[in-house]
Amino acid sequence: MFWALVRRDLKLATRIGGGGAMGLVFFLSLVTVMPFALGPDLNLLSRIGAAILWVAAMLATLLGLDRIFQAEEEDGSLDLLLMSPLPLPLIVLAKGLAHWLATGLPLVLAAPLLGLLLALEPVVLGAVTLTLLVGTPALTFLGVVGAALTAGLRRGGLILPILVMPLMVPVLIFGVAASNAVLEATTPFAPPLMLLMAASLFALVAGVIAGAASLRHAAG
Amino acid sequence: MRLFADSLACRRSSRVVFDSLTFEAGAGEALAIVGPNGAGKSTLLRVIAGLLPVLAGRVGLDPAPEDTPLAELCHYVGHRDALKSALTPIEQLTFWQAMLGGTALPPDEALAVVGLTHASALPSGYLSAGQRRRLAFARLLVSHRPVWLLDEPQSALDAASRDRLAGLMADHLARGGIILAATHDPLGIPARILELGGRS
Repeated sequence: MFWALVRRDLKLATRIGGGGAMGLVFFLSLVTVMPFALGPDLNLLSRIGAAILWVAAMLATLLGLDRIFQAEEEDGSLDLLLMSPLPLPLIVLAKGLAHWLATGLPLVLAAPLLGLLLALEPVVLGAVTLTLLVGTPALTFLGVVGAALTAGLRRGGLILPILVMPLMVPVLIFGVAASNAVLEATTPFAPPLMLLMAASLFALVAGVIAGAASLRHAAG
Repeated sequence: MRLFADSLACRRSSRVVFDSLTFEAGAGEALAIVGPNGAGKSTLLRVIAGLLPVLAGRVGLDPAPEDTPLAELCHYVGHRDALKSALTPIEQLTFWQAMLGGTALPPDEALAVVGLTHASALPSGYLSAGQRRRLAFARLLVSHRPVWLLDEPQSALDAASRDRLAGLMADHLARGGIILAATHDPLGIPARILELGGRS
C-alpha cells in the first residue's frame, strides 16, 4: 500500500502537468542567471556559490509543495485515502517521500553540474552536494506540515511559504555553514553537517505526525 | 451483519445538521436517503465514512468486526470522483485496489463491467462526466467492502448507465452487502426510504 502510493505519486509527477520537473527547471534557471547578475567575478561567485545553491534549492522545494495534499483534497482522493487501511502518518510519509524523490533528489543530482557554473572548487562541490542530500529531506518534510495545514484552503499557495519559510531557515544556515567550512577551513565541517542530519531526522518524524494531525482536520 | 445508527448527531460549524437520528440497514438491504437540499444527506454519509466527527450517538456494524474501523469497511463515492486526469483508468483502479485492500475483481474486468474497456488506456482527463462517474463505480468492484455509501450516484449518468448501476447495486445486495445512497431519484432497486427533514 505504502509503495503503491509512492509509485502513483511519482507517476503523476512525471506525467504532463504533474509539476515534477518544475522545481528542477526553476533551480536551473535561478542558478544560471545568478552569474549574469553578479558579473564575471569568479572569486565572488565561488565564495557565495554554496549559498546560492542552497537558497535556490529551498525555493525550488517550496514550489509545488502546496499541491501535495491540496490536489488530493480538490478531487476527493483525500477522502478515500483517509478510508484506506494504511495509517495516516504513513500516507503523509509516502507522499512526502514521493515529493522528495520527484523534486529534492533531482536538485541534489543537478547541484554538482550547476556548481561548475558558479566556479566552485571540486571539494566544495562535493560538500554542497552532500549537504543538499542530507538537508533537502528536512526542507521537504517541514513543507509537508504546511501543505497538510493548507490542504483545505483554496488559496493556500501564498500562506504556505510564510508558514514554512521560518522553519526552513535553520536548515539553510547549517547547510551553508557546512559547505563554507570546506571552503574556508576556519570552522569545522562535521558539526553543522550533523546538525543538518539531525534536522532532517527531526523533520521526518515531526512532519509526518504533525501532517497527519492537520489532515484529519482538513477532511472534516 | 447490519449497519446501525443510534441517536446520531452531527454539527457543522455551529449548525446542528441532524440529531437523534436512528436507523438500521441489514445485510442485503438498500437505504435511500432522501430530503431537500441541505437536509444533511451528504453529511450523514461522510459521518458514516468517518470523514466527519460524530457529535453524539453511535454508528457501527453489528456484529462489530474486530480491529477494523467502520471506515475501512465502507466504499464512499462522493460528488467528486477522486480521479487523476493524468492517469489511465487501469492505473487508477490498480492503485485504488492496492490502497483500499480487499482485492475483488481485476481492474480490466471491472472496467468491462462498467463498459469502459475501450477507454482503458486513455488518460482519464479525456473522459466525459458520465464516464468518470462510471470509472468511480468501477472502484467499488476492484476491492471488496460490505458497505457502499453513494452520494447522488445517478448524477451525470444516462439511462443505460443508470440501469447498469442498478444492476451493480442489485449484485452487491444479493451478496449480502449494504447500500446507503443519498438520492433525489428512484434508485432502480428495492430500497427503504430514510427521510431527513430540512429543518432550520
